[in-house]
Amino acid sequence: MSLDKDYLLQKSKEEILKIFTSEYPLEKIPEFIAEEVSGFGTTQDERAHNFQEFMKILVLQYQQSQEMGIEVSFVEKPFHQWQNLSKDLALLVQEFDLSIKSKVGVNTIDFRLSSLFEWKQDSWKLIHWHGSTPVNVEKDAWHVTEWQKKNDELKQKVEEQTQNLMLKNEQLQKAKEQIEDTLKELKETQDLLIQSEKMASLGELTAGIAHEIQNPLNFVNNFSELSNELLEEIQEEIENKDFDEVKAICQDLKGNLEKINHHGKRADSIVKGMLQHSRASTGQKEWTDLNGLADEYLRLAYHGLRAKDKSFNSELKMDLDPNLPKVEIIAQDFGRVLLNMINNSFYSVNEKKQQLGESFQPVVSVSTKLLDGQIQLKISDNGNGIPEEIRHKIFQPFFTTKETGQGTGLGLSLSYDIIKAHGGTIKVESKIGEGTSILIEISQKKE
Amino acid sequence: MKILVVDDEVDVKTLFEQRFRKEIRSKAVDFVFAFSGKEALQYIDQLNHEAILILSDINMPGMSGLELLKEIKQKELVPKPIVMMISAYGDEQNYNTAKSLGADEFLTKPVDFKLLKEKLQLN
Repeated sequence: MSLDKDYLLQKSKEEILKIFTSEYPLEKIPEFIAEEVSGFGTTQDERAHNFQEFMKILVLQYQQSQEMGIEVSFVEKPFHQWQNLSKDLALLVQEFDLSIKSKVGVNTIDFRLSSLFEWKQDSWKLIHWHGSTPVNVEKDAWHVTEWQKKNDELKQKVEEQTQNLMLKNEQLQKAKEQIEDTLKELKETQDLLIQSEKMASLGELTAGIAHEIQNPLNFVNNFSELSNELLEEIQEEIENKDFDEVKAICQDLKGNLEKINHHGKRADSIVKGMLQHSRASTGQKEWTDLNGLADEYLRLAYHGLRAKDKSFNSELKMDLDPNLPKVEIIAQDFGRVLLNMINNSFYSVNEKKQQLGESFQPVVSVSTKLLDGQIQLKISDNGNGIPEEIRHKIFQPFFTTKETGQGTGLGLSLSYDIIKAHGGTIKVESKIGEGTSILIEISQKKE
Repeated sequence: MKILVVDDEVDVKTLFEQRFRKEIRSKAVDFVFAFSGKEALQYIDQLNHEAILILSDINMPGMSGLELLKEIKQKELVPKPIVMMISAYGDEQNYNTAKSLGADEFLTKPVDFKLLKEKLQLN
């Protein structure tokens, strides 16, 4: 081995150490590194198969050194060196105590480095290196202790996570039970609310019912008294032998009996309706005269409001299609829809009347129509209308524009559910200042 | 005597016509019926200084009996019509309002026809 070559090898070894400890100018590095350099360091990403990859590792290392203010010093332990000059190869095997000083403190590690040099173009160039720091485990060439440690750590982690999961599961179970309890309570509250909404609207009805029953009862009393008197008159006319008059009176009597019957039935249907309204829904569909139902509820709602507020009045318009077939509905539920809609209309026209005074003539109308197999029921008013921004909310439960205590906010929401349950639709048309129309449509079924 | 009966219940017509059968036949009374306040006003507007007694229900949709009474009083008709108001039993508030608006008589439902005839001096 020539002295020059030996000297240059020592020199290269020193330069390489400087390179590895980030003390060498980056631009001068190519002088000592072969193009085909390869090697491994201690960390996972410290691996290079060519010069570019080698430089990538170094650049990162240099950056870190700068950022952390790292200073590296080392003490070299006895080393092994092997050269084969004829083949221009040299192997250096070294061990160091490496001291790394940084902002966070000083770390001293064992460092092992094997580097293989090749003599190329009159200089030694690094063609392979392997640097590592040993794990402090004795008599464990296969790192078994390390595995076990890792395994134990993993086991512990799994156990911790299992515990965690079990705890979370328990919490979830509790939350689920709580939600179930809350749901049950909500259902009970909902039932109560539906019932109280029913009773509230029944309260509004009561006065109307008294009036609506009193009227037919008056007729029943009047016509029966009258008929009694007519019988006396018949006797008189028989004695007078005025048989034409007898015939006329008989005709009147027949008419009166029909009227007694008619008004008796009217009172009967109102009482039944009221009882039905207060009872829980039977859910039984029956063939119903929708015109009769609409007429009945329009009157009840009207007189109910009148009884509460004497100053209230409104024109009632009914345009009921005489050819409307009977419809299969839960009459009691449908009655509630009608009552809610009509009450809302009355409320709206009343509000407008109070704002505008004498100049405003309130009108609430109910109409029915059979159109293309669809049964239409329309409740309209010339009230204030529903502002656009709340129109999408009116069917939501508990939404009300009425003052506290005036409405439950459930009327329209329940109505919506009832119409939906009948497979029908409910549409709202409203113009501010002009009024509102609610159109309910259900398909006609043959009786 | 011309009597205008105002009530939204159509059967009132039959009732009055039968109750006053004899009086109608003997032409002691002449009944006219209106089924709403508006209809009644239309009839009153075309009266030509004719004496008339108006018998009106209070509780009617649209124009109520009280509103009708107010309108009639504002018209200052000659001769002045006699206005009798009819309302449901025990309706103190309407009774007082009707009185303050100048109603001549006040009857409660169901109408006692004997009493009515006495008031009309038809007995």
